[in-house]
Amino acid sequence: MRPYLLQGHERPLTQVRYNREGDLLVSCAKNLQPCLWSSEDGRRIGTYEGHNGAVWTSDITWDSDRLITGSADQTIRIWDLPTGKELFQFRHREPCRAVKLSAGERFLAATTDAFIESPPGIHIYNFAENVEDQSATPVHAWTVAKGRITRVFWTDCNRKLITSHDYGILRRWDVETGTMLQETQVHEEAIQDMQMAPDETHVITASLDKTARLVDVETFQVLKTYKTGRFVQSAAMSPLFDHVLLGGGQDASQVTTTAAQAGGFEARFFHKIFQEEFGRVRGHFGPINTVAFHPSGRSFTTGGEDGYVRIHHMDLDYFTTKFF
Amino acid sequence: MVHDLDPLAVARDLFPDMPPGFPFENFELEELILPSGDDMGIRSDDDDIKEEDVQTQSGFGSCIVIQNLPKAPEEKYEKLMTVVRTIASKLGDVRDNGIFMPLDETTKTTKGFAFVELARKEEADAALLDERFVNGYQLDKNHKLTLCRFDDFDKYAKVPDEYAPLEPVPYKQPENLHSWLADKLGRDQYVMRHGDNTVVCFNDGKRGRADVAFQREYWTESFVQWSPQGTMLATMHRQGMAVWGGPSFTRINRFAHPNVRLIDFSPNEKYILSYTSHEPVSARDSFHVLISIWDVRSGKLLRKFEGPVDEYAVGSSAGPNGALKWPVFKWAGGREDLYYARLGRGKISIFECPHMGLLGKESLKLDGVQDFEWSPSEPLLAAYSAEQGNQPARIVLIKVPERTEIRQKNMLNVSDVKLYWHPQGTYLAVKVEAWTKTKKSTTTSFQIFCVKDKDVPLEVFELKNNKERVLNFAWEPKGHRFAVVHGDGPRPSISFFTMRDDKGRLGVRELKVLDSRACNTISWSPQGRTIVLAGLKNFNGQLEFFNVDEMETTATAEHFMATDVEWDPTGRYVATVVSHVQQMENGVNIWSFGGRLLYSSQRDKLYQFSWRPRMPSLLPPEKDAEIAKNLKQYTKRYDEEDEQLIMQADADVLHERQRGMDEWKEFLESRRNYAALQLDFKRELYGARFAEKEFTIQKVMVEQIIDVKEEPYNTK
Repeated sequence: MRPYLLQGHERPLTQVRYNREGDLLVSCAKNLQPCLWSSEDGRRIGTYEGHNGAVWTSDITWDSDRLITGSADQTIRIWDLPTGKELFQFRHREPCRAVKLSAGERFLAATTDAFIESPPGIHIYNFAENVEDQSATPVHAWTVAKGRITRVFWTDCNRKLITSHDYGILRRWDVETGTMLQETQVHEEAIQDMQMAPDETHVITASLDKTARLVDVETFQVLKTYKTGRFVQSAAMSPLFDHVLLGGGQDASQVTTTAAQAGGFEARFFHKIFQEEFGRVRGHFGPINTVAFHPSGRSFTTGGEDGYVRIHHMDLDYFTTKFF
Repeated sequence: MVHDLDPLAVARDLFPDMPPGFPFENFELEELILPSGDDMGIRSDDDDIKEEDVQTQSGFGSCIVIQNLPKAPEEKYEKLMTVVRTIASKLGDVRDNGIFMPLDETTKTTKGFAFVELARKEEADAALLDERFVNGYQLDKNHKLTLCRFDDFDKYAKVPDEYAPLEPVPYKQPENLHSWLADKLGRDQYVMRHGDNTVVCFNDGKRGRADVAFQREYWTESFVQWSPQGTMLATMHRQGMAVWGGPSFTRINRFAHPNVRLIDFSPNEKYILSYTSHEPVSARDSFHVLISIWDVRSGKLLRKFEGPVDEYAVGSSAGPNGALKWPVFKWAGGREDLYYARLGRGKISIFECPHMGLLGKESLKLDGVQDFEWSPSEPLLAAYSAEQGNQPARIVLIKVPERTEIRQKNMLNVSDVKLYWHPQGTYLAVKVEAWTKTKKSTTTSFQIFCVKDKDVPLEVFELKNNKERVLNFAWEPKGHRFAVVHGDGPRPSISFFTMRDDKGRLGVRELKVLDSRACNTISWSPQGRTIVLAGLKNFNGQLEFFNVDEMETTATAEHFMATDVEWDPTGRYVATVVSHVQQMENGVNIWSFGGRLLYSSQRDKLYQFSWRPRMPSLLPPEKDAEIAKNLKQYTKRYDEEDEQLIMQADADVLHERQRGMDEWKEFLESRRNYAALQLDFKRELYGARFAEKEFTIQKVMVEQIIDVKEEPYNTK
């Protein structure tokens, strides 16, 4: 099926995210307003206005009533997802890079970049059921020696956090104490994106070392490697099949110097276990910054440096073809 | 209170990235030193060097002693000093206060010698060979000055008085250097340099994969180079170069040439040339060139060539900005390495092996010579002299060592000439660009010398439109055809010509013209017959595989962003390479000669790809022809083997996939408890909400009052 081309941002996309049911899609970009879309037909439902900087990341609550966004304007904001009303602000002195709600949504983990004199930090907040009770002081916060924290996930029944970093490192933290439990080099270059498998036993990491890797959550052991020959900015796993989806391409600063095809801006499908490529989807004319699979595995969304979001619904033959 | 500050805490705040314990607290030096014997998995080349002490020059390398000076009394010291200074200035650049003439304390006369320190060791070397001083410098009737190196005194003092016989070195059986040719499957090898790794692979085109034969990290510091017959692989290092060979690539020899930049093997691998250039010492100097010739097997230095760069960068050896174009020395073809030559001003200097001296003790004089090329099959060279005044431009074929001109051709109004030898030395094509009468444009013609025919007949031919730009010219190996790429537009044409008709009579005939192709590089198979027309760089890697026997395109393909096309030495496979010139998609695609993609291998930061050459066939031409004729019979045996191999390979792939799948299932099984735990945990936390997954799409009308304004309605 022809993809829906969503023109809601004039600036490069930073993250696209489906809600749990998959009927809604939130896109964040370097412009100031994250957008809410209907994932079925690509209609724009609304925007969230208030940020004063690039919005790096978002998270959606279990029942889709709140949206949390982290921005370069040094705030993390809680929004009423259906109405777009801003409910709360966490103020930092550093740009906010990643946010993630714990299972059960009693806590919110947020990461901040290194900025002027502050090192990168991880902040754990109570996430109040009623926004009136929301406190702006973190229950726990600690700093990280070095390495921008690009993504964060709660694991092991909310007892531990795993974070992905520049320098290709994965780290595991004890939430209670903030002590680092494990540090493993899984990539040679910065990890740009990390997404969790539906069963939460493994993650997929996308890196500038031109590979994506499947990593065991428990041991940080690399299980699979997907080599692409181009920078990988984002990677997602199909919840339906043993397929992974990689997006990326030539560095944005170099794009204009070569032919359009040279950039390698296609979204690429690999078999999760055989690590072989079996399909490409063209469309973006800049590197793909973010990819996401629909929770049903029947469609996927890509967001590019070119400012477009593309929603692709799979054709029938995707479900019937035996690729290997 | 300032004194309450804990200095360690302050240090920790200041250097948060430092390891714990920084700066002094609990600091164990042992933690930072590698335990002995542990090299962190990186083998150093220095490990092998220990046994040999590196010979270094002492600090007096640039110091020369002038002997046999007059012994002058103290009063005349200054006068003698002036004389010495004059002499010393003839030797080279003398350092400030670089002359020292000792005075005998007792007799109050000079001692009859003086020390002169020059600016550089190279100058001292040159001074000692200066012809004015070699046989003594006549200062006056009684004093004939001689020079010697200061270091020599030390050296000769150290020679032991007693003769000690040398220990005989026990014989070690070397590895078979041709082992790769004996590969059961007849596979060829190639070397790839990517990242810090150098890998030698067997190309298994049949099964569509590459098998690693050898690999090593940090093997070379700049590039690797196969010897012309593939026996050896040369690696470059700061100290010099090394050659390796055999199944496990053991080192055959090392050649000490500090900071070596480029090398060149002789065609039969007997000798190796290495080249460096040194930065000028002062602004008025030019680059200094050093070229050494070594015996590959013994590692012995046979001859050195040194001099300023402009002495070597002459004619075709000169690049832009007076740089040197490698190779400077060109080797004569044939089954033995007999001669090598270089271009000089108005001469070609031919050197003879194995004694490395100038052939016939004098250079071959050729006025205005600009370029020369040896025939690949015999000691025969073709030279081009440019037009000079009334003298026309000249192409000559000269036989060596007799120095007889076997053919020559004069031309007028020549702007540029290029020489193309046929790979088997059958023909020499000379591309001549001549000025038109207006001197505004040029026309191109080809003069083809049929070297192997009686009296060397000359064929002249031009393209239909002789004003067109000729981009490329290539002879068909083992054949009589050639291809020309020409055209002024963005998409050039490719024309094929033959030198002989069906009956073998000479004469250039056009075979076919392919118009307007996305092609800028042509590459003949080493067996002839097939040619790859490649559009590299601007054309983004368009490939066309063309069979010249049938005059038909067998396949068109694309290897996006390809930078190089390389045929394997047998003409069975073609490699297209995206090298590190491109930022992304670095890797190699291997194609069959017909243009079927067999496999591709992605290598990030691919710096170099190079097929391992093979030695020329030892079979006589008749046998070759016989095999070609009865090819079917010969291949029958191998076809079955191939079939089996391919089936085995397919089974291997399936097996490998099955294994991957099993491993994956095992992994998921081992993590099942964890997954279940997570699920239960979430179920418990979300309670009733956990199962809710249904949703309905509802349209809701929301009325919002944005602003209320009261305005009186038309009060008039």
